[in-house]
Amino acid sequence: MDISIGAVIFYFVALVLVVSAAGVAFSPNIVYSAFSLVGTFGGVAGLYVLLGADFVAGVQILIYVGGILVLILFAVMLTHRISDIHLSNRAVGRIPAFLLCGFTLGLLVMTILKNPWVKAEKIVNEPTTSRIGDLFLGTYLLPFELASIVLLVALIGAVIISRKEVRE
Amino acid sequence: MMAIGLTHYIVIGAILFALGLFTVLTRRNAISVLMGMELILNSANINYVAFSHFSSGQIDGQIYAIFVIMLAAAEAAVGLAIVLAIYQLFHTIDVGAAQTLKE
Repeated sequence: MDISIGAVIFYFVALVLVVSAAGVAFSPNIVYSAFSLVGTFGGVAGLYVLLGADFVAGVQILIYVGGILVLILFAVMLTHRISDIHLSNRAVGRIPAFLLCGFTLGLLVMTILKNPWVKAEKIVNEPTTSRIGDLFLGTYLLPFELASIVLLVALIGAVIISRKEVRE
Repeated sequence: MMAIGLTHYIVIGAILFALGLFTVLTRRNAISVLMGMELILNSANINYVAFSHFSSGQIDGQIYAIFVIMLAAAEAAVGLAIVLAIYQLFHTIDVGAAQTLKE
């Protein structure tokens, strides 16, 4: 039985990912949940690197860790009373939610293990950035331009919603 | 020990999805619900990139993953702006308390 270095790295990244995601899901304190997201997003970026998706890994680090996480931390700090630690109370009871999620997970894993997935003829590991650029300006030009409009609309919408004088 | 293949990655995606679903179901704090949604979106992205690597051999899946990341950024910006507006209006971000659109 030989253990390749790739498998060791995969299991390490998967362990970090699952443990920090469990921290997000189970931590009673929302500040700890928010900081656990660092490990989750970093772990997902590590999986992208192992899958040979270098550009997506970079985008994941830049947008999730650099953007969305900072935004979430700002929102936590702006709405969180530091003394009030029981802000994260329950909507559904933990037991039914746990049963439902366990059932869903069991169903998904059973399907994944039973299904014979399509295999590619050969697995390519080469830099993807130039091919992604070609696809964005070729096949996916219309969604790419629509994405820029969506981002502009979201930017203006977020500014207008959070302005104070609009609501008064 | 079998080699790391497609099933390993999509099982990780399924675990992340279940944890995100648990977060969305058990929290009343709107920011925690948004965090759970980010977990679910990340699990979908893992599936996209894993299938693009192992099953298709093309990189179209990575394009979809980038679009999902872009939409997640827009959703986080607008969602957190709404959360801050609700907090200023109701002085709480309990999702059960904000039942009307104005005071």
